[in-house]
Amino acid sequence: MTTPDAAAFLRIEGVSKTFGHFQAVKDVNLTVGKGEIFSLLGGSGCGKTTLLRMLAGFEEPTSGRIFLDGRDMAGVPPWERPVHMMFQSYAIFPHMTVEANVGYGLKHEKSWTKAQRAARVAEMLDLVQLTQFAKRKPHQISGGQRQRVALARALARQPKLLLLDEPLAALDKKLREHTQFELMSIQERTGVTFIVVTHDQEEAMTLSDRVAVMDKGEVKQIGSPTEIYEFPASKFVAGFIGSVNSFDATVTGREKPHLRLKVPALGIEVTARDVPGVVEGQKVTLAVRPEKIRLSKDRPEGGNAVQGHVKDLAYFGKDSLYRIRLGDTLIQAHAVNARRGDEGSRVADWDDAVWLAFDPASAIVLVE
Amino acid sequence: MSEGRFARWFDARGWPLLLIGAPYLWLVVLFLLPFLIVVGMSVATNTATAPPFSFGGEHPWINWDPFTRVVTDGLYLRAFLTSILNAFVAMIFCLLIGYPMALGLTRVSKSWRNILLMLVILPFWTSFLLRVYAWMGLMGKNSWFNGMLTDAWNFLVPLDWAVKSIPMMHTNFAVVLVMVYTYLPFMILPLYASLERLDPNLDEAAMDLGSRPYRVFLDVTLPQSVPGMVAGGMLVFIPAAGELVIPTLVGNASQPMIGKIIQDEFGQARDWPMASAVAVALLILMVVPTMIYSHYQAKAEGSK
Repeated sequence: MTTPDAAAFLRIEGVSKTFGHFQAVKDVNLTVGKGEIFSLLGGSGCGKTTLLRMLAGFEEPTSGRIFLDGRDMAGVPPWERPVHMMFQSYAIFPHMTVEANVGYGLKHEKSWTKAQRAARVAEMLDLVQLTQFAKRKPHQISGGQRQRVALARALARQPKLLLLDEPLAALDKKLREHTQFELMSIQERTGVTFIVVTHDQEEAMTLSDRVAVMDKGEVKQIGSPTEIYEFPASKFVAGFIGSVNSFDATVTGREKPHLRLKVPALGIEVTARDVPGVVEGQKVTLAVRPEKIRLSKDRPEGGNAVQGHVKDLAYFGKDSLYRIRLGDTLIQAHAVNARRGDEGSRVADWDDAVWLAFDPASAIVLVE
Repeated sequence: MSEGRFARWFDARGWPLLLIGAPYLWLVVLFLLPFLIVVGMSVATNTATAPPFSFGGEHPWINWDPFTRVVTDGLYLRAFLTSILNAFVAMIFCLLIGYPMALGLTRVSKSWRNILLMLVILPFWTSFLLRVYAWMGLMGKNSWFNGMLTDAWNFLVPLDWAVKSIPMMHTNFAVVLVMVYTYLPFMILPLYASLERLDPNLDEAAMDLGSRPYRVFLDVTLPQSVPGMVAGGMLVFIPAAGELVIPTLVGNASQPMIGKIIQDEFGQARDWPMASAVAVALLILMVVPTMIYSHYQAKAEGSK
């Protein structure tokens, strides 16, 4: 992983895009380092695809500028950009063989000899393990193989930037996991900078070095998957990445390095990790991830603890999801089933009283 | 109970059979049977009876003379050649004019597309004969259209080449011109249908991989529209080759097309076997290439 500021291989400066009256992308600023896997994550209509299309050159920004490797991309048509894209639909040419598809970008490159082109195509086919399918037509191979053709084709011309639009969306679950690791290993071997657009938070988290969470055309937060998950900057990000219990709270005091909060829904004072800039009396949101909540029959020592009743529980095998009622509030808690056991061995059953506890470090205070 | 069984049989099997059978019945009654009659006639002997042909008796059951004449008599060979040439040139011009129009149709907004498609079909709402007569008026010596072209010609060429009017009527040029005009929609519609199905992402992918728009067209759009071009080409070429009305009205009478020959043999000459033989020969000429094409097409699709 490269530090973003050192390289700033791709620089997006104040980019906005308006279609008629609709503002698809609003003042996006971000930098991506060379060799990074960077994800644009957001729901549909958040502007991530528009941003990707602006990088590819299919759309021009309404305002702002894009620099790639120091070069201003304004007015550079798609066919002159050292940027290639792997389309969500793969967009493989149905009338060409696998080989011809992979070699398409090199076909009209005058600076390459025929032998060089053939060697490069062979190298790419080898990279994505499709050598034996070289002569096949796209309709004769599987969806996963088509995806690899699209990847090989986009990499063949040695792009500076590879854009991947929902690369795993069309694959089934088993193939997804496999492909995910394959993509990462190919990125490592080729060193090409990847920009991934996805609506799938898991995909973004596992693939990327850094993630930009987008909503309504704006970038809400940029950070490593850990930062985004453990230190979300807003209620939106906390809710979008993973699930979260959130409660209205008021700041009552500060005891370095902790904040004290009054949380009416829990009926207790909560100790949470300090957040700079928060003042006493301020209304904030307290967020706690379900898996950070410990469940126990007896009152735990220290920490933030509160008692409730089990309303629902769902057994998933490796873990269980509890929904615990506390007055009018429902709290989700995820418990790992670390020990093998029969029905009676779980922490709590329907309607049992149970203690919930979480560390101050796990209590996220959100201002936005 | 038996009634119920029939109803159940009808719902399960009868309906599908009826639905599948209807078009076949249509084809058999209105195409295959008449065609077999024509084939039968083509090997009969021309006699002064009514109808003017007979089999057997003092004549042979199968008389190959009409077919021998089709392949040896210059009149028929020239007529076939003229027909194929005119139809081919008309098809090429339909393709050259129709392709950009069909491509344009796929690139405009939905609302415009419907209006423009309407305009493509609109000429059909006027009588075909009326439209041919309109062209005759335009091409005639004293028309403003011919006058304008004549003025332009005279302005552009040396004085010696000056003409009083451009001889358009009663030429193969006139035949091709009117055929292009008449059959253009038959080229545009199948082409549009095939171009409209193409995934616009493919164009973007080609562009993304370094191809300028004209390259994208040559590499991606054109090869994928071949089936549409073939379909449109056949829809123009086949009726154009057998065209009767246009060459009769605007064509050169000394260079008849095959449709005119068939009409003359049936009508004036009352030689039905000869007319049938020419008709069968024309059909073979049209059907064989079509079958070869669809054979290879099916082979290519069979590998899917």
